[in-house]
Amino acid sequence: MVSSSKSSRTVIALVQNRAGVLARICGLFRRQGFNIASLAVGRSEQEGLSRMTFVVEGPEEVVRLVAAKLDRLIEVVKVEDISDKEHVYREMVLIKLNADNEKRGEILQLANIFNVKTVDVGVDQMTIETTGDSKDIESLLELLEPYGVIEVMRTGRVAVLKSLE
Amino acid sequence: MKKTGAQLLCEGLIHHGGTKIFGIPGGAILPLYGTLSQYPELEHILVRHEQGASHAADGFSRASGKPGICFATSGPGATNLITGMATAMMDSSPMIAITGQVSRPGIGKDSFQEIDITGASLPVTKHNYLVMNASEIPQVVKEAFHIATTGRPGPVLIDIPRDVFMEEVEFDSSYWEQDIEILGYKPPKFADNTQVDNAIKLIEQSKRPVILAGHGVIISKAYEELLKLAESAQIPVVTTLLGISSFPENHVLSLSFPGMHGVAWASLALDQADLIIAIGSRFDDRITGDTSRFATRSKKIHIDIDPAEINKNIEVDVPLIGNVKDVLNQLLPKIKPKTHIDWINHIDKLKSDHPSLKIKKTDDLVGQYVIKSLSDETKGESVIVTGVGQHQMWAAQHYTYCSQNSWISSGGLGTMGFEVPAALGAKVGCPDKMVWSIAGDGGFQMTLSELATIVENNIKVKFALLNNNHLGMITQWQEMFFNEDFYANSYTANPDFVKLANAYGMKALSVDNNEDVRPAIREANAHDGPFLIDFKIKKEENVFPMIPSGQSVNELLEESIDGI
Repeated sequence: MVSSSKSSRTVIALVQNRAGVLARICGLFRRQGFNIASLAVGRSEQEGLSRMTFVVEGPEEVVRLVAAKLDRLIEVVKVEDISDKEHVYREMVLIKLNADNEKRGEILQLANIFNVKTVDVGVDQMTIETTGDSKDIESLLELLEPYGVIEVMRTGRVAVLKSLE
Repeated sequence: MKKTGAQLLCEGLIHHGGTKIFGIPGGAILPLYGTLSQYPELEHILVRHEQGASHAADGFSRASGKPGICFATSGPGATNLITGMATAMMDSSPMIAITGQVSRPGIGKDSFQEIDITGASLPVTKHNYLVMNASEIPQVVKEAFHIATTGRPGPVLIDIPRDVFMEEVEFDSSYWEQDIEILGYKPPKFADNTQVDNAIKLIEQSKRPVILAGHGVIISKAYEELLKLAESAQIPVVTTLLGISSFPENHVLSLSFPGMHGVAWASLALDQADLIIAIGSRFDDRITGDTSRFATRSKKIHIDIDPAEINKNIEVDVPLIGNVKDVLNQLLPKIKPKTHIDWINHIDKLKSDHPSLKIKKTDDLVGQYVIKSLSDETKGESVIVTGVGQHQMWAAQHYTYCSQNSWISSGGLGTMGFEVPAALGAKVGCPDKMVWSIAGDGGFQMTLSELATIVENNIKVKFALLNNNHLGMITQWQEMFFNEDFYANSYTANPDFVKLANAYGMKALSVDNNEDVRPAIREANAHDGPFLIDFKIKKEENVFPMIPSGQSVNELLEESIDGI
């Protein structure tokens, strides 16, 4: 089964919170030569279980095959490719940038549009935080570019299926 | 009561019936070996190489249906198990591998004989464990047996640090009686009822149905169900390579195996069918060739316990996800008696037009004739273990498998060297059956050190060595696909295998002509002990039919011969 188009797929997995689980999962993506574009892991609402959100780039059929193989792993409780279902997703970013006294106000004004919080201020640098979808974050980074971005730390996507209306 | 980690492991093995162990001691696993004498129920067979231990455990499990156990120490002992675990993984064979690990404080320090075997074995095990506390051992052993033997079976490795074997913990033996449940691991049993009805409709509509029976039939012991399905709806049965011996080959509906070196009529029947019922098989590339041209005229029903197999290689119309035996029992009451006289007559014509199993009339000794003779002399009822290559394909073609679960071969991984230790393990697994290992001189020399284990334990395996002093399949491919540019395909200084066997203390004979073949086989069968026959076969002999790699039945190559 050869696919013509590569697409970005979002896969959610509910897994047992144990040593080695991530290595098993990543091994299955690695075997297919997939790059994991982003990965977010955290505890779920159920004790002992974590929820992971993967964004991978690959042909749909192959992602489906990998998802089926993920489900085969003993420590994976549930796995779902939610790309074609209605879902909401967010990611968070921390941006450290040059900001002396002169620029700081300007930056904050600009950043307000993006619902940005200041998390750390130094003599001539500051760190800000925002949450949004990938597009929002890309636009913010573009706007801040002229001020001199020193470091960007992104969490990767977390996603959840939409509730029934 | 206080128990050591090693004692807990031994009790766990006994509780789960894992009492036959193949292994070699080493530093990290010595505390476990120091405990074995306390448990006379456990029978340890000392092999000569850890790869041998892993294949022996695999052969044992395939022959007996119970999980094979192997022990190895840390580092090189553990890495030597990798090929055996990969072989078992590819062929869904249950196995428990126990490895010693360096003591906990030494882990990650590049200690002597340290290797991250749980990391290294990730892709070749169904699951694995690194046990960091002796108190975890009972649960891990219980889970390991459950995982190895249920669903789609496979190897499970348990890595235990040296000091964990010696750690003493409080333990209540009633734990062994408790049931376990593993969150997220629920192998399916029955298929969806709507899909069962859809399958029945397709079977009723079909005029040219074929069953493709795989290893899953043998694993779930669904022989009777398969026979009933085939007979009641009069559906011919093609078996996959690993499905051989799931259906008696002397049955009128048996079509043997298809694919790269399968018989022509089996490949043609699959190609011309209007319905394929794949049962516990995975549409392997040696069967499908070019998937876009495989069996394009047919609807497909796919019964498999592993959902990841559905639509993996071939898109199917009706998936039936569940245990083969249980799913067949869902189908059987709904099957209406049918006949397919035209279709079966047509297949009979395919058989007479394509006599794939004809053997050359020649004074030269050829492997096909040796296997046909072995089949006749053992009435098709021996367990056959093979390596990989020409001898394996001839063994699949020319032996008529009449008895259930009598074909043990490395199908998926294609592991040369499997034939010696796996035959050893198979004979331990079914001591009352005759076990013949059909070997080539290439693979045989990869693991022949286990002849010592065989003699030492008087394991009564018979070897039919098809010796042409060549890597036969390599020679065939170089001849056919690499312009006869022969390279690294021949052995010019093979040992005298009769003397070699004798040196190990094994009886042996050499045969170089047709007349001596049957008498030699009879002598081996009559001998109460292991036996080797060195059949000096003709060098230039290819395996046919052949569908070259990645092609289709349209490119089927046959040999036109004047034969018997």
